Amino acid sequence: MKGSQALIESLKREGVDVIFGFPGGVVIPIYDALFDCKEIRHILVRHEQGAAHMADGYARATGKVGVCLATSGPGATNLVTGIANAYMDSIPIVALTGQVKTAALGKDSFQEADMTGITMPITKHNFLVKDANDLAQVIAEAFHIARSGRPGPVLVDLPMDVSVAQIDYKPYEHVDIPSYKPTTEGHPLQIKKAAKAIAAAERPVIYAGGGVISSGASAELLELTERTHIQVTTTLMGKGAIPETHPHALGMLGMHGTAYANYAVGHCDLLIAIGARFDDRVTGKLDEFARKAKVIHIDIDPAEIGKTVHVDIPIVGDCKAILRALLKHVEPRRESDWNKQIVKWRQDHPLKYDSDHQIYPQYVIEQIMEVTNGEAYVATGVGQHQMWACQFFKCKYPRQFASSGGLGTMGFGLPAGIGMQVGLPDKQVFVIDGDGSFQMNSQEIMTAVANRIPVKVVILNNKYLGMVRQWQELFWNRRYSGVDIEAQPDFVKLAEAYGAIGMKVENPDEVAGALRKSLEYTDVPVIMDFHTVREENVFPMIPAGGTIEQMMISKEAE
Amino acid sequence: MTHTITVLVENKPGVLARVSNLFARRGFNLESLAVSTTDDPTVSRMTLVCQGDDSVLEQISKQLNKLIDVIRVIDYQGIPIVQRELALIKVAAEAQKRAEIMQIVDIFRAKIIDLSDKTFTIETTGSVEKVDALEELLRNYGILELVRTGRIAMMRGDKVP
Repeated sequence: MKGSQALIESLKREGVDVIFGFPGGVVIPIYDALFDCKEIRHILVRHEQGAAHMADGYARATGKVGVCLATSGPGATNLVTGIANAYMDSIPIVALTGQVKTAALGKDSFQEADMTGITMPITKHNFLVKDANDLAQVIAEAFHIARSGRPGPVLVDLPMDVSVAQIDYKPYEHVDIPSYKPTTEGHPLQIKKAAKAIAAAERPVIYAGGGVISSGASAELLELTERTHIQVTTTLMGKGAIPETHPHALGMLGMHGTAYANYAVGHCDLLIAIGARFDDRVTGKLDEFARKAKVIHIDIDPAEIGKTVHVDIPIVGDCKAILRALLKHVEPRRESDWNKQIVKWRQDHPLKYDSDHQIYPQYVIEQIMEVTNGEAYVATGVGQHQMWACQFFKCKYPRQFASSGGLGTMGFGLPAGIGMQVGLPDKQVFVIDGDGSFQMNSQEIMTAVANRIPVKVVILNNKYLGMVRQWQELFWNRRYSGVDIEAQPDFVKLAEAYGAIGMKVENPDEVAGALRKSLEYTDVPVIMDFHTVREENVFPMIPAGGTIEQMMISKEAE
Repeated sequence: MTHTITVLVENKPGVLARVSNLFARRGFNLESLAVSTTDDPTVSRMTLVCQGDDSVLEQISKQLNKLIDVIRVIDYQGIPIVQRELALIKVAAEAQKRAEIMQIVDIFRAKIIDLSDKTFTIETTGSVEKVDALEELLRNYGILELVRTGRIAMMRGDKVP
């Protein structure tokens, strides 16, 4: 069998049911093999960046490894942003790239780019396959590495001659990489220490991140918070780790987190970090972050322990396994004055926004929840709309929310939403996007139309690159340089030009109706252009590198 | 503080790039790097000398361990080791200076392994400090070319990684 067929066989063994890709010269053999493959659906994108984000969105929504495919050179380099995005958020994807034939490697051949070199710092690992007989092993190892331990993207570079070589394909049965053995079980002594610290704490808080979701530890986390009444704040990546409607859920912390989550962390005497990595958007000024607290840090990646914040009780391993073990030692706690204090902060400083004759972006987000009964799956772009989505969309489930956390990739929303919808065909997927972010990958409307993928795109259109404008307003003397994007397409006509449904909404009274209407379309994407208040800001806000004392809680703080 | 670290890696193409890329990307300071194969042809051994405080060195070890091709990382801080470096030094050796230079070479138990009308090529093996000292002395005569291998190290006694 040909190398390309061995590749497809290997992918099938990994349970791959969809590939997001775009063809080119050196991957024709792979496309030829795909042509006969009934088990794997191919979604033809319009730009390779879209393919990488779709694989990413698919992985976030399903928990499976997402797969994207591109040709050598420009096709492969177009994946780079998407791979970096998956790397920063620890999302398991496998990127397959074509490469010039092995004899032409290093000769500056047509459409040659050194992809293993380029992606070295943004992949968990990568492979250049030089012998077709290695294909089965490489693919098996690539998927194993992508999904195990701390998940992440793996790139496999496939020279043309490897794809066409004739080989005897033998499935690779048992992956065993001696140099790669992630620790999954937490150290029992450390777990006991943590349980003791929890029992002794007066003002504990749980800070849960994406690791809770990727390890499937939501049920354990819920049990921990209900048994101990320790309140839970989640990171952007941890959104949905516990139902956000739960009374113990404090919402997001950090730069645009809720005031009460930030106060709780600022005043706690024990911070229980679970699958989170103390990102600078969470901590602000490091010396001041949770400075009264002892820190327990549960993470599968030993390199995250003590990377930025001093940790008192590190526990390396899988969040789910560790929480299970921890629950055997943790005694129930009663609600205390500390709980009451947090409730008071919550009552004193709720998330809020104005209402008048204009459309407020936060209102649109609340209406999405309303019309879908909170069941919508959400992907976002990056910017103000993303932060509002984090604040106002209350997730019921893990994997319900896909957003570019670490890299902050504008243009992530639409392709990620398409990937989610492909992975979860029975769910209603909404893309909450900004007018700026949307335009960065709007070509993927065509992909959604061609493949009858009924994503609902909600553009919160303020005709600004709003987050930068907000910073300019607050910190740069209102000098709005390079942020006015009033020159923009008619999004309704744009949608219709692609064969999608387009709607424009300018009146708050029409918001719910338009959203409800969009639910009626089940085989075509809907693009909704909501003209919102132009200069609304995201609050609360802690300036970059700042402290909770510098938190601007609401508009009045301006 | 200066640390000596041994890294055992899979002997695969690109593994040196992965390690050096990591140091560059994370802003770690690398003073020297020596790489070779070992008695096991599938394993290469790197000896790194790097600088930093405890937290930096901890990150270096952990980040190295994260690389899939890295089998083991041993930071020798606080562990007794033998360490050696090899240097070749081509030094100007005019007729009237030759005896002097040969005396220095003798005292350092170094070797003259090649010579010409005007030069000696000297080989020396030893601790980094010894090579430094010899280099310093020979500087007076005019060093024309110098190459050092970087430090290699091993634990004392019967211990192996």
